[in-house]
Amino acid sequence: MDRAPASVCPGHVAYRARRQLITASPSAAAQPTSAVELRGITKRFPGVIANSDVNLVVRRGEVHAIVGENGAGKSTLMKILYGMQKPDEGTITVNGREASFSSPSDAIDAGFGMVHQHFMLADNMTVLENVVLGAERLHGIGAKARARIREISAAYHLDVEPDELVEDLGVGDRQRVEILKVLYRGAKVLILDEPTAVLVPQEVDELFGNLRELKAEGLTVIFISHKLDEVRAVADTITVIRRGTTVTTVSPADVTARQLAELMVGSELPEPTLGAVTVTDIATLSVSGLTVAGIGRDLVHDVSLTIHSGEVVGLAGVEGNGQAELVEAIMGVRPATGTVQLAGVDISGWDTRRRRDAGIGYIPEDRHRHALLLESPLWENRMLGHQTQPPNSRGAFIDRAGARKDTVRIVEEYDVRTPGIEVSAASLSGGNQQKLIVGREMSNEPKVLIAAHPTRGVDVGAQAAIWEQLRQARAAGLATLLISADLDELIGMSDTLYVILRGRLVAQVDPATVTPEELGAAMTGAGEAA
Amino acid sequence: MTASLRLRRFLLLLAAPVLALVISLVAVTLLLLAIGNSPGETFQTMLRTGTQPNAVVDIVNKGTFLYIAALAVAIGFKMNLFNIGVDGQYRLAALIAAGVGGAPGIPGFLRLPLILVAAVLVGAMWAGIAAVLKITRGVNEVLSTIMLNAIATAATAYLLQDGGLGVITGNSIGTRPVPESGWFPSLDPIARPLLGAFGLTPSPSKQVYGFLVVAVLLGIGFWVLVNRTRFGFDLRATGANPSAAVASGINVKRMILVSMLLSGAVAGLVGMPLLLESSGHNYSQNFPTGIGFTGIAVALLGRNSPIGIAFAALLWAYLDVTTAPLALFGISDKLSAIMQALILLAVVVAYEVVRRTTAASEQRRVARELGDDTAPAPTAGVEMSKASRAGMPTDKAESADRPGTADTGTRR
Repeated sequence: MDRAPASVCPGHVAYRARRQLITASPSAAAQPTSAVELRGITKRFPGVIANSDVNLVVRRGEVHAIVGENGAGKSTLMKILYGMQKPDEGTITVNGREASFSSPSDAIDAGFGMVHQHFMLADNMTVLENVVLGAERLHGIGAKARARIREISAAYHLDVEPDELVEDLGVGDRQRVEILKVLYRGAKVLILDEPTAVLVPQEVDELFGNLRELKAEGLTVIFISHKLDEVRAVADTITVIRRGTTVTTVSPADVTARQLAELMVGSELPEPTLGAVTVTDIATLSVSGLTVAGIGRDLVHDVSLTIHSGEVVGLAGVEGNGQAELVEAIMGVRPATGTVQLAGVDISGWDTRRRRDAGIGYIPEDRHRHALLLESPLWENRMLGHQTQPPNSRGAFIDRAGARKDTVRIVEEYDVRTPGIEVSAASLSGGNQQKLIVGREMSNEPKVLIAAHPTRGVDVGAQAAIWEQLRQARAAGLATLLISADLDELIGMSDTLYVILRGRLVAQVDPATVTPEELGAAMTGAGEAA
Repeated sequence: MTASLRLRRFLLLLAAPVLALVISLVAVTLLLLAIGNSPGETFQTMLRTGTQPNAVVDIVNKGTFLYIAALAVAIGFKMNLFNIGVDGQYRLAALIAAGVGGAPGIPGFLRLPLILVAAVLVGAMWAGIAAVLKITRGVNEVLSTIMLNAIATAATAYLLQDGGLGVITGNSIGTRPVPESGWFPSLDPIARPLLGAFGLTPSPSKQVYGFLVVAVLLGIGFWVLVNRTRFGFDLRATGANPSAAVASGINVKRMILVSMLLSGAVAGLVGMPLLLESSGHNYSQNFPTGIGFTGIAVALLGRNSPIGIAFAALLWAYLDVTTAPLALFGISDKLSAIMQALILLAVVVAYEVVRRTTAASEQRRVARELGDDTAPAPTAGVEMSKASRAGMPTDKAESADRPGTADTGTRR
């Protein structure tokens, strides 16, 4: 609070100055052209500076993208804009007037609306009920509200039907309900947090269509993302944020996706490539007729594939099409029918531990839920999944010295940034956690590696390191199953590439020739794959 | 840095119970003032009682069975299994063990081992029912063990009837007394001179339970099992993150069964000092109940660590024993229960606060120690893509390295 006078004065002076400018110029509009301006925003958390000297000017009626790596400070910035965090320094100006948000409701009153990455909808309620929830005072909960929803839906072509149940809606529809929710509350500035993360390419196109409608109606959209091609397709202006500070503001016409990525990272980018073919004719992992039953239809249906020693088999698919279940079935975590053979031995009846001990390494897709004991020290995490193997145990007893020593080795070899191996896994950044997991799964000379989203949510440095480890292991004869949502990674890192759709392998594509667009189309079942 | 980190963790660990104790003492002081009693006098009485030789023996003995009960609970807690059924398990185990021990015709040297084995087996079996229900039908162990407690109450009453295991003596009913060959050896020959050395010689009938040794051995066993064995690692991993445990290859169902059986087996021993080292040497209607529930509180207070539980059990026993004579001064003997409850409440909150502070401070420390390093420094990436350097517009690279661009600069 003691900062308030200091920050008010310059802002106020600037505001007055601008007013004078505007009145002096007859052609200028009555209002400033910027919808939101951030000046010198700094936010410190104990020990870290999340944002420092962030400057951002968002013009009215534009789609303004904020791009940056994971951990660059995008979410803190967003929280400041939405009143969830108060900046330590700097000013926020909305429509030329200085604003101070101490809660999201202040931000909503100022005309901000947030569409979260993870939808905040009650599945068992109708669209209408979800929209009016918490905003009952605006138009009631009945016919008036319904009419208003229809009106907004028509105005922006959102195509939302108020009486449908949310659980019956697809992901894209749900997102439009979220957008409608904030419009209903009178938002003039929409903040979208990674809105395309959950969408398939076609839905992304629809979303972008909606965003253009919003823009045409004079609304302002702040679009937070790290998918650069999408950002370039939809944004009018792009602000790059790196290490907590705004680095530059560019127009999408002036930069390529690659240059943008390099601005984001501050250095040049690694590329996913495999190098010389190391595929042998030794079938290391053979899956045949694998089926995971679900309610209604099979989650995985009659999947057969073979991974050879020295081969990376990629599996492309929109999330939720059976990849996770297939992986769990191969690991023995989920019951399935069909056979799984490891180097010619039928392991279908084996439990997970036996499969792991026989040489199947496993990088699960959700590291916090499936791969780490967050509150345990690193060396205990090194043991997880390998607690029956040396150097982690001797007979029935664990070998603490052995596990510690080997953890030090992993930390060094895999460049895990940590002050020591006694700190908890939770205190490491996502990229470093992932490097530890990769190091652990590579440790006991696995024959097969099941890698589900091995580079998800890690910084480029860690990504390059993990790719390099996968390449080296492949050259040494590892058979890898790679699942990823990053199509460039899949195409670049796979020797063989399958497409999975509704639990079935629907196509095999050649990673040497396929483009991400063709692969995306195959993933949604649109058109025949190459 | 590792040593200092460990020291910090240890001090933080210690801070919670000490803080909780202080808070509850303050609260009890206020309470005493509110009801018009003198806190000074009350605490003095408690302190005086606590140094009486007989009271010391009582505290140790009470601490012994509380310790075993808390260990039984802690085994389950380590993997987030809440065995509320320790109470029913020890009562049923004690009754059947008493029945076995009182049976005629057992050779003397076999009597004690048979009693202990019976107790362990019955305790394990009773807990095992809850485990099997959980594994096969997904029944929450909290519900099933609560119900099994109720069933145990009814079952002990049924078995203790005259004509069953019970024998009527005077106006009370109990099992046949265990003959002396089945008694557990007292620690008196060692404890009495030791206490005497501190001027605390108790009266001849007050003897320290030999079961204290068993309790200590169980504590050591617990520590080794949890911290040094693969089973213990699996146990802790399952408690910390069940889904990661499954992915790591731990058979969670088997872990549930084994840990419940172990918990029940230890619970079976809770009643043994009372059966084999107390005056009656039998299971009667007056056999103490509720120790299993107290054990839950003691395990919480002791944070499921064998050493922590030892202190917690002694503290609990101390409060129980020293508040007993307060009734003579017109202060309710419920003061003990109030203090215990307050300590527990304060400690649970304090532990959570400490847990969060530790986690947050560790994250800060890591961030600080990696301070120069927090930014992603993709050295590997740079090396790999040197070839593409030519395509990079140099002016852009420069402006990118400068925070704040021409754009923002001019508008200022």
